[in-house]
Amino acid sequence: MPVLEYIEAIRLAMKEEMERDSTVFVLGEDVGVKGGVFGATKGLLELFGEYRALDTPLAESAIAGVAIGAAMAGMKPIAEMQYADFMLPATNQIINEAAKIRYRSNNDWHCPVVIRAPIGGGVFGGPYHSQCPESVFFGTPGLKIVAPATAYDAKGLLKAAIRDPDPVLYFEHKKCYRLIADEVPDEDYIVPIGKSRVMREGDDITVIGYSMPLHFAMQAAEELSREEGIEAHILDLRTLQPLDKEGILEAAAKTGKVLIIHEDNKTGGVGAEVAAIIAEELMFDLDAPIRRLCGPDVPAMPINPPGEKHFLLNKEKLKAAMLELARF
Amino acid sequence: MTKSGTVRRQSRHAALGLTDEQVIAMYETMQLARRYDERSLLLQRAGKINFHISGINHEPAQVGMAYAMDPERDWFLPYYRDYAFVLALGMTVKELMLCLFNKAEDPNSGGRQMPGHFGCRRLRIVTGSSPVTTQVPHAVGFALAAKMRGEPSVAYVSFGDGSSNQGDFHEGLNFAGVHKLPVIFVCQNNQYAISVPLSKQVAAPIASRAAGYGFPGIQVDGSDPLEVYRVMKEARERALAGEGPTLIEVLTYRLSPHSTSDNDLAYRTKEEVEYYKARDGIPAFRRYLTELGLWSDEREEELARRQWAMIDEATEYAEKAPYQSLDEAFRYVYAEEEDR
Repeated sequence: MPVLEYIEAIRLAMKEEMERDSTVFVLGEDVGVKGGVFGATKGLLELFGEYRALDTPLAESAIAGVAIGAAMAGMKPIAEMQYADFMLPATNQIINEAAKIRYRSNNDWHCPVVIRAPIGGGVFGGPYHSQCPESVFFGTPGLKIVAPATAYDAKGLLKAAIRDPDPVLYFEHKKCYRLIADEVPDEDYIVPIGKSRVMREGDDITVIGYSMPLHFAMQAAEELSREEGIEAHILDLRTLQPLDKEGILEAAAKTGKVLIIHEDNKTGGVGAEVAAIIAEELMFDLDAPIRRLCGPDVPAMPINPPGEKHFLLNKEKLKAAMLELARF
Repeated sequence: MTKSGTVRRQSRHAALGLTDEQVIAMYETMQLARRYDERSLLLQRAGKINFHISGINHEPAQVGMAYAMDPERDWFLPYYRDYAFVLALGMTVKELMLCLFNKAEDPNSGGRQMPGHFGCRRLRIVTGSSPVTTQVPHAVGFALAAKMRGEPSVAYVSFGDGSSNQGDFHEGLNFAGVHKLPVIFVCQNNQYAISVPLSKQVAAPIASRAAGYGFPGIQVDGSDPLEVYRVMKEARERALAGEGPTLIEVLTYRLSPHSTSDNDLAYRTKEEVEYYKARDGIPAFRRYLTELGLWSDEREEELARRQWAMIDEATEYAEKAPYQSLDEAFRYVYAEEEDR
């Protein structure tokens, strides 16, 4: 099975869906001739022409709003936000429009739009090229939100998002683009939205998270297994909305000790909801208080290297938190 | 000129390609919208319904615009004062009343949204919301889809003068201008954004903004339905010919308060309102038809009887109709199995 980089998996998902379905098209800033600032849409213009790899004016609300209109007209647009930090001008279109179109029209209209946005730090992006704004959109009924950690899931979730009849926010981690590579089958497949995945089996502690920080958890888990004999059970949420409640409860019950991790800041993050689900259903099965290890509650990470490193999760931070929980 | 040398003046509407039957139907639709609106205000005052937002005095322009469009092919993204427009497209008074009473059978939202928030796939009317101007980029998306698929469809989108200040207005117009998309932007300038007069909203005519986006902007007298029809028809032909969008600024005046929750005399005078009331386009159009021998006092009486009976029946039906059941109330957040 070929090993693909995470960004290549994203590109391939779009290419294959555009080949499969002539209503699928990509629009955004620099997605055409340049192929995207990160290269995610490279080659699509040559294959599909300038309208299906559409360079738009620099205006995020229009990128989202035009995509929403085209989706209601029966197209399958993939709107690219250059950085998740820059998608906030489009929040009214996403939260007040896309999310509510089916409900407010009593199922008369719907809006199968995909909005892709790169999240996360570790690339010296500073406060406005590093944000994780998942929690801005999380908790908005009508939206689906996915955030893959692997190349396999990046491809399968993007295909599922494109085929989904409702709006899907697709948060791709820019640090994963070229750092993460794994096996991706040649055959067509999707990763169903709303299903988590066990990344690693273990009996001592459970780590629940999504996107880039899971890779730190996996590295820490290997070391803890070797050095301390501690076996971590690691759950990749993959979909943030709707959360896979069953998968979460099963993973939490497996060990009774839960650590929730994400790069988005702690207060009001997705982890808070995961913790609440566990507390509501499994309180008496727990052997330790639920822990969260997340980005600090500061507006965003600084660009200077020590500041950025201090903000971000890493293997050492994960290892320390996992060890402490295991010893509780 | 006829052969004998006498001058036979062609009527204005015939010169525009409209038949006598069409202009009579246009007049009837304006009156129906006006009467529906007046009844809605009364129903709110009587405590039968909670809220109405009026389109009074916008009707002649709205009917003129609707008649210039193709209801089989075009897409419509109206705003909350477009009662006459949606009636002209085929929405029924009964449907509007069901919407006003928030009842389950309302085709716009099943009684979920405020009245005036139109949406009806059957009539190619796209669902709208309350945060103003969000529909402008949507219309551009419909036009983009039409262009990509090579369909002869034009998107109509309307909004108020206040909306012309929103980012979505500027972003949408620019996008459509760049890609020469088949969309007609209609600003129904009624001189007020709730209480804020035009002079405190814009420093230049709204139509002049189109120049910044590379396409024509046209002001038109909203009390003259035939002139509005002419301008709209031209804009539609430009759009179909691949020449891109047009911004049309319909000059009108909001005769009613902003909504039933507004006291307009707190910010404008009765004299000002009376001045514009005297310039109402509906009686003027009636005079036009009468002078041509197409209309009479008898026909007017018959029309009033017929339309009030229709409105009475719709009111009674909507008042008695059930609300959406609580089992239904929270459905359709996402696609259900049969929609997938």
